[in-house]
Amino acid sequence: MFELIAPFFRHLYERTGLNFIVFYDPHEFGRFVAGISISLQLIFWSLLLSLVIGVVGAWTQRSQSAIWRGCVHAYIQAFRNTPPMIQLLFFYFALGAFTPSVDMGGYTQPIISSFVWAVISFGIFGGAFNVEIFRAGLDAVPESTLEAAESLCFSRWQTYTNVTLPLAFRISLPALTNNLVSLAKTTSLAYVIAVPEMTYVLNQVWSDNINVPEMMLLLFLYYVLVVTLLATALHALERRLVLPGYGQ
Amino acid sequence: MPSAPKSRTGDYRPWPDDKPIVSLNDVHKSYGMVEVLKGISLDVKKGEVICIIGPSGSGKSTLIRCINGLTPIQKGSITVEGQEVNDPKLDKLSLRRKVGIVFQQFNLFPHKTALQNVMMAPVLILREPKAEVEQRARALISKVRLTGKEDVYPGHLSGGQQQRVAIARSLAMRPDVMLFDEVTAALDPETVKEVLLTIKELAADGMTCILVTHEMGFAREVADHIYFTDLGVIVEHGAPAQFFTNAKDPRTRQFLSQVL
Repeated sequence: MFELIAPFFRHLYERTGLNFIVFYDPHEFGRFVAGISISLQLIFWSLLLSLVIGVVGAWTQRSQSAIWRGCVHAYIQAFRNTPPMIQLLFFYFALGAFTPSVDMGGYTQPIISSFVWAVISFGIFGGAFNVEIFRAGLDAVPESTLEAAESLCFSRWQTYTNVTLPLAFRISLPALTNNLVSLAKTTSLAYVIAVPEMTYVLNQVWSDNINVPEMMLLLFLYYVLVVTLLATALHALERRLVLPGYGQ
Repeated sequence: MPSAPKSRTGDYRPWPDDKPIVSLNDVHKSYGMVEVLKGISLDVKKGEVICIIGPSGSGKSTLIRCINGLTPIQKGSITVEGQEVNDPKLDKLSLRRKVGIVFQQFNLFPHKTALQNVMMAPVLILREPKAEVEQRARALISKVRLTGKEDVYPGHLSGGQQQRVAIARSLAMRPDVMLFDEVTAALDPETVKEVLLTIKELAADGMTCILVTHEMGFAREVADHIYFTDLGVIVEHGAPAQFFTNAKDPRTRQFLSQVL
């Protein structure tokens, strides 16, 4: 792959001065690929954590205990109403200061790396929105449909898993797609705590090679591609799960 | 009558013909300060079809929902096959096994096909073998005249078709009593007929049916006994012929003059 495209981009640079160095210099290419890998991992784990928090939070919100409901409410207020970058800095610098480090022989390394802090921070940030999205889905399942299940001898748990959740998930999906796409883009903020994801890596590349416009363009296209793929996948899921005869 | 199922809730014993299969005695029900049932008593014998009619807000739907324990009552007693519905220790599963209910708004599961809707409860709740349930479900779907619609989702069925799937879904649990809560009230006039025909056939098969309905012609034709309720009490009841032609209470007569 690299050998295939390298001559073209080197030629392009020599002829036009457009310096896409990550496509012809082996060292910069390595950085670029590592950046993609870290960036995709960051997106994957952040989205996953936000979904888990969303489901658990929405479920807790329906708890009998006012204390639990209050906790979820406070969580949503705190993390929906503060900027994600401030949250990230807070987690990394405020909480990170209190987490223990391990001696790596000569230097110490914190147990929780900047990558993990970024996942935790984005998961919690996106999760706050997901809780509300799932709650809206649960609330939208008609009481009468649940009553039908009850009258057919379904237990509460059977009703929840066989009727409430499948319907609530479908109802939530369009709003969920929006939030997940938004969260995937927010992961680029991780560069402020030096997670070597795409934004951070290309920032280093353009600092070293003074090719800001080219790398900016590349960064831009990278996010267009990733977010398009994510949105397409989620829309495909939406179409697959659409309730036949409803909302069309 | 349906054959004895392998039940998870003990042996299946047919209920004797002479004792009332459903019995209500001085049933009271309030929503907050509003008392909607003020001492209702009625008996239903096995195989009987009774219709409850009356003006809107007279507690008809509440009454029917109390019978399978969807709505708890405050006072009085409801028994189904000798089982006290209002007993807090009641095994709701064993009660609802015996009592099927069909709602005004069908309430099918929109993410399941017609066949899956019918099969869901027996497979999931009674844990009967899937192949056996599927056979029975297909037979029920053909019984409600929907052969060919097995794999169609509720959203693509007409109201009348959805309602007949709902009837088949209830019947799949092999209930002894069927409750119908204004099942044609949300339907187009032309689809009402097909649903009523299904119920009529069910009644002819000997199913015990309790119906809340506004279809007076149908009530007259199919019912063994008619109850007229108003403001939470039974004003008058009797056999259809006598009820419709010779009502005694002025409230009944006024109601009938408005709807007939």
